[in-house]
Amino acid sequence: MKYLSEYRDPELAREYLEEIKNTVSRPWSIMEVCGGQTHSLVKNGIIEMLPKAITMVHGPGCPVCVTPLKLIDKAVHLALEKQVILCSFGDMLRVPGSQKSLLEAKAEGADIRILYSPLEAVKIAEDHPNRQVVFFAVGFETTAPANALSVLHAHRKGLTNYSILASHVLVPPAIKAVIDDDESRIDGFLAAGHVCTIMGNAEYHPLSATYKVPIVVTGFEPLDVLQGILMVVRQLEQSKSEVENQYARIVREEGNVEAQKVIHEVFEVQNQTWRGIGEIPESGYAVRPKYAMHDATKKFEVAIEEAPENPKCISGLIMKGIKKPFQCSQFGKKCTPAFPLGAPMVSSEGACAAYYHFSGMVEA
Amino acid sequence: MSKEKKLNMQLHSPMPTFDLAVITLGHGSGGLLTNKLLDTGVFDLLSNPILEERHDGAFLDLQGKTAFSTDSFLVSPIFFPGGNIGELAVNGTVNDLAMCGAVPKYLSLSFIIEEGLKMDEFWKILVAIKFSCEQAGVQVVTGDTKVVEKGKGDKIFINTTGIGAVHPKANIAANNIRAGDRIIISGQIAAHGMAIMSVREGLEFDSEIQSDTTSLNHTILDLIEKFGSDIHLLTDPTRGGVATVLKETAQSIHKGIAIFQKDIPIDDQVGSACELLGLDPLYVANEGLFVAFVAAEVAETVLFELQKDTNGLHARIMGTVTGAHPGQVYLESAIGGKRVVSMLPGEQLPRIC
Repeated sequence: MKYLSEYRDPELAREYLEEIKNTVSRPWSIMEVCGGQTHSLVKNGIIEMLPKAITMVHGPGCPVCVTPLKLIDKAVHLALEKQVILCSFGDMLRVPGSQKSLLEAKAEGADIRILYSPLEAVKIAEDHPNRQVVFFAVGFETTAPANALSVLHAHRKGLTNYSILASHVLVPPAIKAVIDDDESRIDGFLAAGHVCTIMGNAEYHPLSATYKVPIVVTGFEPLDVLQGILMVVRQLEQSKSEVENQYARIVREEGNVEAQKVIHEVFEVQNQTWRGIGEIPESGYAVRPKYAMHDATKKFEVAIEEAPENPKCISGLIMKGIKKPFQCSQFGKKCTPAFPLGAPMVSSEGACAAYYHFSGMVEA
Repeated sequence: MSKEKKLNMQLHSPMPTFDLAVITLGHGSGGLLTNKLLDTGVFDLLSNPILEERHDGAFLDLQGKTAFSTDSFLVSPIFFPGGNIGELAVNGTVNDLAMCGAVPKYLSLSFIIEEGLKMDEFWKILVAIKFSCEQAGVQVVTGDTKVVEKGKGDKIFINTTGIGAVHPKANIAANNIRAGDRIIISGQIAAHGMAIMSVREGLEFDSEIQSDTTSLNHTILDLIEKFGSDIHLLTDPTRGGVATVLKETAQSIHKGIAIFQKDIPIDDQVGSACELLGLDPLYVANEGLFVAFVAAEVAETVLFELQKDTNGLHARIMGTVTGAHPGQVYLESAIGGKRVVSMLPGEQLPRIC
């Protein structure tokens, strides 16, 4: 398969693994920041294939997992109480809110639609001029351009019935927060390739230089991840701390400048709450006041109290890489993908769900 | 039956004149409208001596071991690339009977129609039912039509129940499975689910992906005729896909299953579409596939024979049954890593990025 099978070649994978084994001389902890990489690691059985000296730590890069509880409650409220057509990416639907998930709201009769592109939501707004249409705009920098573009499209078309409920999170501040956490011990990072496709690598150089950590911008196919790990290990073994680009077939140093322009036109940086982690300064996007009419948080008066997280869920420790899913007393017992206590068990990119599905640790 | 023949059948089954252009509540009343719909529609198209008795039920002559299966069909949209709900409703039950090692004979056919369904759509569904029945060699011998108010259904739901005569050489049971058995997959996976996904509102994408819906009874019975009790278990990986039936089987036989990603056939377009939407093809529905657990010593010959059949061109041996890890399914990934294959908690949802 073009651009896929090439990156799943077993012979090359063996060579990379051999090279990693030959390079490692002491234990290292490497965090893959992005949930897509976590998914790839477990789905392809890579973790078990790596030398014991390498510990992969699963970072906070699953947008579904870090979307604040309050925002999910807000989406549920908009769909059920304000009778909006609520459009969302598929994997947000199962995430538990404090009372219910969007999937449950849908079962109660709310008009909730799964879309692949926010531009589809604009079309729905066009087709239903008498209904309010809200797109649940979740994601990292990767999905921000399309979400921003939907606002621009709606604005140009004069659609007053289209808005987005934005919950955008940014990767570099999260990496900084992880390094700054006293409990975390991460030696090197695999940065998220698709985020850098949009944003470029510039933001990572100061991080790498200040904290003396290697950061390798890495893709998602098995060979990408293996090569990324090898590049981090080589730097660590040589006491280097640079930004390297493993995903050079996609990522340019400056990123996608046009996409960045669209993002900055619509969004401004704000402090952002990450579910399970807390507030991280300047780590999210808010819709600029200029586009307030397309900002669901401004458009709809929704007074939703901050709901407490389930106290038994240790998702914050999981997402900062301090604990592994199987070190949680609830994992696979009270907390399963069918009945998740916290968000990392919901999305297949969440560390807990990935472990549950693919590692068989809890199965009979 | 070829696509050309299918098209031919559609051309030669022109829609008769109905009083109304849409199905109304009256069509389910049991009165004149119902009778007219049945007379000019269902009975004419699906006619056979048993159906034409028009009694409250059908009289059947059954002898020997009999297989009996039922299924309800709901799909949105009802027309999709490669077929419609009518074909699914016949093929689904025919295939369930075939998985029992039975020759499918008779079907019941019940419609629950939402008022407002266009008559020409209903007609196309009926023609597809006729086509699929002829292809499988089954007769519709009894049925029912109900109409629900607008908003209380999703255009049309179909239930079919089927009866078949179990082939004398067939001995299909999970208990027959032994460690060492080979697991054959009859073709490329995930086509049906992705064909539906490609036309689902909000997720549409351009592709040539077609549903694989077809009846498998002739293919299966040919294998049973040749290999008899060496075919230990047959199962069709419809809802929940290949992963789900393998996991269910592993649990019921208390043995382990090992499969190899490199040996699981998948069409390039289907594979790409799955990657794009973040779906695992192992969990995507199929409608024209079966998984066979066969004795190791005949596996290669079964595969050779199966690959001669149009329904088995892409068949592969994808795994083995093992005494290790009872109840668990392990997959060896393309790069040689191992992981567990488990059941999904619910519907697979497209990922964000």
